[in-house]
Amino acid sequence: MKTITEQKPLAEILELLKDHKKIYITGCGTCATTCHTGGKAEVLAMKKELEAAGKEVTGWMVIPTSCDILTKYAIMDSIEQINKADAILAMSCGLGIQTVAAFSNKPVYPALNTLFIGWEEHPGHFIEICSQCGDCAIGITTGICPVTRCAKGMLSGPCGGAKDGKCEQKPEHDCAWVLIYNRLKELNMLDKLKEIPAPKNYSKAKIPRQVDIVQ
Amino acid sequence: MSLKQAFESGKFVITTEVGPLKGTDTTELAEVAEILRGRVDAANATDQQSSVMRLGSMVTCYLLQQHGLESVIQMTCRDRNRIALQSDLLSAWVMGIKNVLALTGDVPELGDHPQAKSVYDLDSVQLLGVISKLNEGTDMVGNELKGKPDFFAGAVVNPGADTEASFELQIIKMEKKIKAGAKFFQTQAVYEPEKFYKFMKRVEQFHVPVMAGIIPLKSVGMARFMNKNVAGVFVPDSLIQQMAAATDKTQTGLQITADLIKQLKDVCQGVHIMAIGWEKKVPQILDIAGL
Repeated sequence: MKTITEQKPLAEILELLKDHKKIYITGCGTCATTCHTGGKAEVLAMKKELEAAGKEVTGWMVIPTSCDILTKYAIMDSIEQINKADAILAMSCGLGIQTVAAFSNKPVYPALNTLFIGWEEHPGHFIEICSQCGDCAIGITTGICPVTRCAKGMLSGPCGGAKDGKCEQKPEHDCAWVLIYNRLKELNMLDKLKEIPAPKNYSKAKIPRQVDIVQ
Repeated sequence: MSLKQAFESGKFVITTEVGPLKGTDTTELAEVAEILRGRVDAANATDQQSSVMRLGSMVTCYLLQQHGLESVIQMTCRDRNRIALQSDLLSAWVMGIKNVLALTGDVPELGDHPQAKSVYDLDSVQLLGVISKLNEGTDMVGNELKGKPDFFAGAVVNPGADTEASFELQIIKMEKKIKAGAKFFQTQAVYEPEKFYKFMKRVEQFHVPVMAGIIPLKSVGMARFMNKNVAGVFVPDSLIQQMAAATDKTQTGLQITADLIKQLKDVCQGVHIMAIGWEKKVPQILDIAGL
């Protein structure tokens, strides 16, 4: 799983931190590192920016996987530097940020916006692939999610707007249904498109969610 | 005569489109309705067209009917979940609206409230299925209705899809719409009769009336804009040159539109004229086309 993040504008970060002078920075060695938003290089760059803005950075670390339970021990290991700070700036996804917050007694602020689960299509370019809707619809298409990859999340086929295989509504995206058509054609399964899918169960996407997985 | 009866009578059916304005002033709407009454079989009221917030399609249909014009309520899935869609359909029926055009709807990003949350709880095919269920007397989950509607439901199709995949997908989806309950189709704007003939050849097997979409050409700029921005719509150079050379652009635009209708008339069951600001000129177009 790869959570795609982007850095908030520096002005927004400084506004979030306006009541605090001493800051501890956490990065994340997993998704945020591969997105170049919260790895070592970005944490050090942030340190520089905060110092230039008059903040004191009491310390920093790149937690191997911020969302993991082991984050608790990473925080314990660095507790001295963290205790010197007024606040933590977390450079990870929303899950990582909240994990850092759960194991520390400091206010925690996000340096990143958590965007989606996706692929790095080409270097530095990320596309959304799964929206964690709780009611997987990929069976309709045998491999491409229409809920996430069609701008209207249409289960029954495309709108009439594809232009050269691109989405009319968001032309930077491929039309998901053209991808689906090409895939099913190649699999010799175009008949699959004749089925009318039942309305989706969106109750499975309602927040907050809980689940018991029987072990 | 209702729209359904118009199709059943075998006549060449004419519908047009009324775009509600932003605000509560309905003067223009009343004027348009008076001009169109008796000249068209029905008028669609668009539903927050291009995702621009304005007066609703339901009250617009109601007002059109007050002026003696049969209406078609356009209903999109963009702004309503399945509860609101069904409730609005029942309300529309109670208000005397008998025809509905089921659409998925443009994304909010295209309109004047781009930060709005879009709904898309259902898509157009599923909405048609829901309308069929309501007509049968139950809601979409099977609860019985006390009093049921009898909607005449329609849908849209784009006959000019640009690639083989897109074209085939349009045909497949059209078939699904019919299966789900669509009784007539209004198409995206047509400017190339030959392409439309080819489309009609493919879909005549479905035996469902198709109304060719007509957008009157108003200027060279408009034609170029559509060619650049509207998928599946292509205004040929010959028409653009005809417009460019014209001294009276309005008259030429009306003439081109009427000529198109004449060329399409024999292969389809009607036309749907989307006048986009030229609603009051629709009778002129029909006069020139001999309708």
